[in-house]
Amino acid sequence: MSETASVLPGMKVAASRGGWLIWTLLAAAFALAPLLFRSGTSLTMMSLMGIAIIFALSYNMLLGQTGMLSFGHAVYFGLGAYFTVHAMNAVIEARLPVPVAAMPLVGGAAGLGFALLFGWVSTKRSGTAFAMISLGLAELVGSSSLILRSFFGGEEGVSTNRTKLLRLFDWNFGAQVQVYYLIAAWCLLCIALMYALTRTPFGRMCNAVRDNPERAQFVGYDPHRVRYIAFVLSGFFAGIAGGLTAINFELANAALFGASQSGNVLLATFIGGVGHFFGPILGAILVTFLQNMLSDVTEVWQLYFGLMFIATVMYAPGGISGLIMMHRPVWRAGALSRLMPGYGMMVVPVALAAAGAILVIEMATQIGVHGAQGTTMKLLGIGFDARSVPPWLVAGAMLGVGGLLARLVGRRIAAAWDDVRAMSLTHGGVA
Amino acid sequence: MAELIIISTLNGVLFGLLLFLMASGLTLIFSMMGVLNFAHASFYMMGAFIGFQIAKWAGFWPALILAPLVVGLAGAAVERFGLRTVHAHGHVAELLFTFGLAFVIEEVIQIIWGKSPVDFRVPRALDFPAFTIFSTNYPAYKLFMLAVSISIFVALFWLLKRTRVGMIVQASLTHPKMVAHLGHNVPLVFMSVFGVGSALAGIAGVIAGPALVTQASMAALLGPILFVVVVVGGLGSLQGALIASLLIGLLQTFAVSVNLSLADIFAGSGFTPAPKTILEDLWRVTIAQVAPILPYLLLMIILIFKPTGLFGTRES
Amino acid sequence: MTAPALELIGLKKNFGPAEIIRGVDLAIPRAERHAIIGPNGAGKSTLFNLISGLIPLSAGEIRLNGEAVSGKPPFEINRRGLSRSFQVTNIFPAMSVFENVRCAVLWAKGERYAFWRSVGGNRAVTERTEEVLSAINLQSRRDVQAGVLTYAEQRALEIGITMAGGANVILLDEPTAGMSKAETERAVELIRRISEGRTLLIVEHDMSVVFGLADRISVLVYGEIIATGPPAEIRASRQVRDAYLGEEVP
Repeated sequence: MSETASVLPGMKVAASRGGWLIWTLLAAAFALAPLLFRSGTSLTMMSLMGIAIIFALSYNMLLGQTGMLSFGHAVYFGLGAYFTVHAMNAVIEARLPVPVAAMPLVGGAAGLGFALLFGWVSTKRSGTAFAMISLGLAELVGSSSLILRSFFGGEEGVSTNRTKLLRLFDWNFGAQVQVYYLIAAWCLLCIALMYALTRTPFGRMCNAVRDNPERAQFVGYDPHRVRYIAFVLSGFFAGIAGGLTAINFELANAALFGASQSGNVLLATFIGGVGHFFGPILGAILVTFLQNMLSDVTEVWQLYFGLMFIATVMYAPGGISGLIMMHRPVWRAGALSRLMPGYGMMVVPVALAAAGAILVIEMATQIGVHGAQGTTMKLLGIGFDARSVPPWLVAGAMLGVGGLLARLVGRRIAAAWDDVRAMSLTHGGVA
Repeated sequence: MAELIIISTLNGVLFGLLLFLMASGLTLIFSMMGVLNFAHASFYMMGAFIGFQIAKWAGFWPALILAPLVVGLAGAAVERFGLRTVHAHGHVAELLFTFGLAFVIEEVIQIIWGKSPVDFRVPRALDFPAFTIFSTNYPAYKLFMLAVSISIFVALFWLLKRTRVGMIVQASLTHPKMVAHLGHNVPLVFMSVFGVGSALAGIAGVIAGPALVTQASMAALLGPILFVVVVVGGLGSLQGALIASLLIGLLQTFAVSVNLSLADIFAGSGFTPAPKTILEDLWRVTIAQVAPILPYLLLMIILIFKPTGLFGTRES
Repeated sequence: MTAPALELIGLKKNFGPAEIIRGVDLAIPRAERHAIIGPNGAGKSTLFNLISGLIPLSAGEIRLNGEAVSGKPPFEINRRGLSRSFQVTNIFPAMSVFENVRCAVLWAKGERYAFWRSVGGNRAVTERTEEVLSAINLQSRRDVQAGVLTYAEQRALEIGITMAGGANVILLDEPTAGMSKAETERAVELIRRISEGRTLLIVEHDMSVVFGLADRISVLVYGEIIATGPPAEIRASRQVRDAYLGEEVP
């Protein structure tokens, strides 16, 4: 890969600003995580997180960097997985001396190839039209997979065996921990590459096209071309993530490029925050974690996800990273302590309202989904009948009081922010 | 053959008009507010389920009136308490909001009515064959759907051409900035447009519910086709939406009824592709099986030759 | 004889039945500062949009340094050495001031769509960016998000983006609109400096700016140029007075 060597100047810029520390910490976190979280479930989850990070960052190359909202990014992820599985089977069959570790490149190439093809059509348009076209393309590929059964393997998909490829250093990738390290290495490399990409002339023009495509034309750049290149590169990284998924599950099936996969990456990226490079990393970790945890606790976890997403869009459009970075100048000015009391008080009403909402949703689920088997249920060890009135009154009260208190505390926080801003103006500490 | 053509044309026009019922609301909202409502198909689904519930309690006819009203109110509430907050963050944020909303509506409907289809029946008064062509009985309910769609279409046309509000809406289709000149009523107009657009989708849901399958995935199944319609027709063009709706309606209906594959057509050629290859898949697939992907193929073809859609002028 | 820097031949533009530009012929020699004046709705901005490739011509031809550029997209025209500013500020709002200017330098310094080298690595780009920043006097605001600059600062940045690529033909669309008297003076000084040795085409309503800056002036009325000449001649012209200037002339 020719990119690896030539992005080094970009890395150097990062390094010169104390960036080495961050990269070293990141690498150490990847390396040490399995020592801290040893259980099989955590290894599986961390593997999924690594894949999700690459996928979400590749998605943010479109949404956050270039301003393209895609509803069909899983196409390149899924095709990457399929091509990797087929390539692995071909390698096994022909007994080629290719290690598993190199196979995600096949996925990357597939993602890149299909992005070259589909991107040409879809990047002619921007904004809403682009979003709709990406959705149409996803449906096209999804439906085609049911027709082209010899390649996509119909309902059950295509499977492979990662242990049958060439062994390096006596690793056969039978154990999940070995797969984790493979994913972690690729993840670290992809993060570095995608970060470097934001610091190239092309990366800057992506931002310019995001901000103002018309003006970009008048400084000599063709917005269509910029979007197209961004789309193709993003397809490449999505394909790598797909390839890693194929290795992780030893399987590729049609669910990989389904609408929910495309939706999930959008959710993760946006909740993490599209405005900062590290946002999608946080989002991928959080959403993967919640997906695995919530789905054990409640069957309507997707509803909670949807509500969390809507809340983010409405009240924190910068996502988690936006919220964090909002406080950086305050922290630098040493004024964070002024905001803390308000935040501390906010915990109570938010917890109250959230508990009320959860109660309502869970009771509704009990009645709607399990009504036939009876409506008695248990929440936090307390048993009650979802059809009786008192629990609904309790839930309503919690929602109402929580909402009211949140409003009051919210005013207090806003006032604290005004103070901080006013203070920083006189001290010149906060931009 | 003649039988097939007549029946398919009727069904195609019916499906097309149903699509247009939704596409028109979607287009109106998009033209006036710049928001492409991702949850539009979800309002259609709401219409079907609420219609089913009301029909169960009070019969089909009250449902036909009440369900769209409820959906319209829900739409207005979504605009008032959701979209309006998001508006300041731009159109992408608005699109994302409606995307999240579609997600939530589907989940909530699953909680209330479950994952399996509900038994939404054709009202008894319309449960008879209207006429028989050759050997096919054409159900009266489908004629009723046709009548409702056409009357809504006519009413909409009349509203746009003959009323003051209609004039403003029309002007905003071609001159989006016009909306700014509406004066102090802008928020109210936005809320009403969103409500009316949602109600139109609700009507489509109530009348389609008994004919198609009323289930929690019906929005996800129809939504993408709906978006194909508005992009193919040209974003913001009512005329384009009508033509594209009928085009896709007819295309799919005809395709579904043709059980031919390349293998059948070239049966005499003696050619047989190697087994278990992509070529064999393509050789043996029937046109009916390809029907679901035809709208998307059409989308690609249109975009290659006319990126703004059939009647589109706006870039985004 | 060298070709004019910018030559408009029989330029026409109609929107439906309405003819906005009704046959404009104009040749601007190199290094001339040329102003276009005219009443509101005369088609000045439309003329700029035609020249810069933003909207297609209905008829006629545009030549940039002797080469026909009509029908080319804006970025092609820009790469051939024509740059423009906008009447309504048109910057990259979410990016820093420094990045705004740097984006306008990149193409001219040969960076194209490079995604394999660092943007900070090209010293020529950085130097030129710094030069422009100091010319528009925004060094101290370099790391500020362009969208939160004051109006006058945004106008200066607008001019900075326009000149950064080093185009030899510069089109400025009402650069001092909405500025205070002091701000206008500073802006005129800036325009004078950056247009040194370049061809400048400027649309402006402030007559003191026009008459102080331009070598020649064209008067555009209802899509036609009714007079072209040095400031003194334009000021004296009876026809121009009747059509447009009235009592405003200083």
